[in-house]
Amino acid sequence: MPRMTMIEAIRSALDVSMQRNDDVVVYGEDVGFFGGVFRCTQGLQQKYGVSRCFDAPISECGIVGTAIGMAAYGLRPCVELQFADYMYPAYDQIVSEAARLRYRSAGDFTCPLVIRMPTGGGIFGGQTHSQSPEALFTHVAGLKTVVPSNPHDAKGLLIAAIEDPDPVIFLEPKRLYNGPFDGHHDRPVTAWAKHELSEVPEGHYATPLGKAVTRRTGESVTVLAYGTMVHVALAAVEETGVDAEVIDLRTLLPLDLETIAASVAKTGRCIVVHEATLTSGFGAELTALVQEHCFYHLEAPVMRVTGWDTPYPHAQEWDYFPGPARLGQALRNIMEAG
Amino acid sequence: MTSPTPLRFHVPEPASRPGGKPDFSGVSIPKAGSVRRPPVDVAPEEIRDLAYSIIRVLDHEGQPIGPWVPDLSKDELVAGLRHMMTLRTFDARMQMAQRQGKTSFYMQHTGEEAVSCAFRIALGPDDMNFPTYRQAGLLIAHDYPLVDMMCQIYSNANDPMKGRQLPVFYSSRKHGFFTISGNLATQFVQAVGWAMASAIKGDSRIAAAWIGDGSTAESDFHAALVFASTYKAPVVLNVVNNQWAISTFQGIARGGSGTFAARGLGFGIPALRVDGNDYLATYAVAKWAIERARLNLGPTLIEYVTYRAGAHSTSDDPSAYRPKHESEEWPLGDPVIRLKQHLIAAGAWSEERHKQAEAEILAEIIAAQKEAESFGTLHSGSKPSARDIFEDVYAELPPHLRRQRQQIGV
Repeated sequence: MPRMTMIEAIRSALDVSMQRNDDVVVYGEDVGFFGGVFRCTQGLQQKYGVSRCFDAPISECGIVGTAIGMAAYGLRPCVELQFADYMYPAYDQIVSEAARLRYRSAGDFTCPLVIRMPTGGGIFGGQTHSQSPEALFTHVAGLKTVVPSNPHDAKGLLIAAIEDPDPVIFLEPKRLYNGPFDGHHDRPVTAWAKHELSEVPEGHYATPLGKAVTRRTGESVTVLAYGTMVHVALAAVEETGVDAEVIDLRTLLPLDLETIAASVAKTGRCIVVHEATLTSGFGAELTALVQEHCFYHLEAPVMRVTGWDTPYPHAQEWDYFPGPARLGQALRNIMEAG
Repeated sequence: MTSPTPLRFHVPEPASRPGGKPDFSGVSIPKAGSVRRPPVDVAPEEIRDLAYSIIRVLDHEGQPIGPWVPDLSKDELVAGLRHMMTLRTFDARMQMAQRQGKTSFYMQHTGEEAVSCAFRIALGPDDMNFPTYRQAGLLIAHDYPLVDMMCQIYSNANDPMKGRQLPVFYSSRKHGFFTISGNLATQFVQAVGWAMASAIKGDSRIAAAWIGDGSTAESDFHAALVFASTYKAPVVLNVVNNQWAISTFQGIARGGSGTFAARGLGFGIPALRVDGNDYLATYAVAKWAIERARLNLGPTLIEYVTYRAGAHSTSDDPSAYRPKHESEEWPLGDPVIRLKQHLIAAGAWSEERHKQAEAEILAEIIAAQKEAESFGTLHSGSKPSARDIFEDVYAELPPHLRRQRQQIGV
């Protein structure tokens, strides 16, 4: 089986989808001739022509607004916003329009649309190229939100997102594009080639939305993570020796509550991790759900390890990033609590 | 050393406010028939003047004059008059129903009936409008059932929108009428995307975008113009300038640009300005723009110069922000009266036939209203199910919504 980076896997998902369905169109800033600033759409314009893969003006409102019109027409647009940090001009179109077409028209119009956007930090991107705005999407009824953590899932989830009848926000952790980053920024970069989840089938496969996967089985504490934090969690667990169960959520909405509740019921402890800011973050929702569904199994308060409630700094990136040291400390603390 | 000139902050004001005399001296009205009609493949830079003029067909006596006189039969014009009369009567009945507490909200079209009624006739059956809340003529002139419109307004058990939308926020794919949003201007750029999709697929359908003068200030409007211009999208970009955005006069959104039509010029989009109270001129200009779109010549921006004779909605009182009798002074008159006058002058209509038509239309609307009310009104009779709250958020009900639906026991 071929090995792919996350970029190659995403490109392969787009390629397979465009090959199978003429209605799939791909566009965004620098997406056409050049193939995207992260190269995810490289070669697609050459292969499928300018009417299926093209450059867009720098207007996120325009990119998403036109894509909604195309989706209503019957196409399956999969657009790229160059950074998740740039999505705010499109937010009205996403929240008031894409998310609500089906509902407000009672199914007369629908919006099968995928909005891809690189998310998260760890690349010295400063506050405008590092944000993780997933909670701004999970708070919106009518959207699905997906965050893959590896090439195999990225391809399968993106294909599933493109085939989904509703709008899907597809957040790509940019620090994972070229390798499985575990938060140890001072160590040499690891390539995807050495990781088992870089084995990606060439053809079509869909990874169902709304299904989490257990990356490590353990008995003492459940760590809920997604995207880059899955790798940070696995490293922290390894380094502390705590027998933790690490769950990769993959889809934040719809959420696989069953897998989460079964794990916490077993372990009795839970840590939620994300790179996004703490207050009103998706971790708050996870924490509340664990409390509601697993209260009588809990032996300690649910903990959150997240980015600080500040803009994402440039020079102090690694003081901001919730790396394995911070998570390791939380793992030790939760095992001493209760 | 000279002292610096103090800078002045400028806030535009309308010509007249409540208590003042209506003043439309700033609205320059060219003679009917005086504006040339260029071929549809004209280069945009050759018709820049048309963005600053007003295309008019009907003169003061109701005679059609000049190069824009459209090819519409007497029967078609009588049908057009009936569409406008139906819309006006429908509005009056629904406005009253709102005052009677049968619904929460209503928005009338008074004075603007020609714009949507004439445009619909110029459009093909498979084309798609992306309307605002004041283009119900697009439905009425396309034979959408009045009962269904009323059921939507009443949010009753037969409401096609299942009680989820504010009154007048209709949707009908079958009738080329995109679901209405209350977030202004969002539809303008979606229309461009719909048109792009049609071109990508090599189909022959075109889109029509709709927006009011006030909402052209939204970024979506400008994004729509960029995308329409860049991809030469087969779309007609309609700006209905009815002079007032709730209480804000059109000068606040227009700023220093002479007209809303002129906004198209910087994008290389041909821009026409038309008398929106002249059914014939509106139809002719719509037809011109639609033909351009069909011939792969790209977008056209049209500004319909009209006047909102009524309130913005049932929630505001215009006498609080403009002279009470301003609408009577509007120099482009009333679209229903003008078309009626034309048809009488042409020997195709009479005062008697008009009265008779008024009575027939009123009877038809009262019958429709009775039927609609038999399915309930907002506060009485049958309602959409609480179950409908949870349907259509997604194609399939996800687990968290299933749990929430169980909580209210439906």
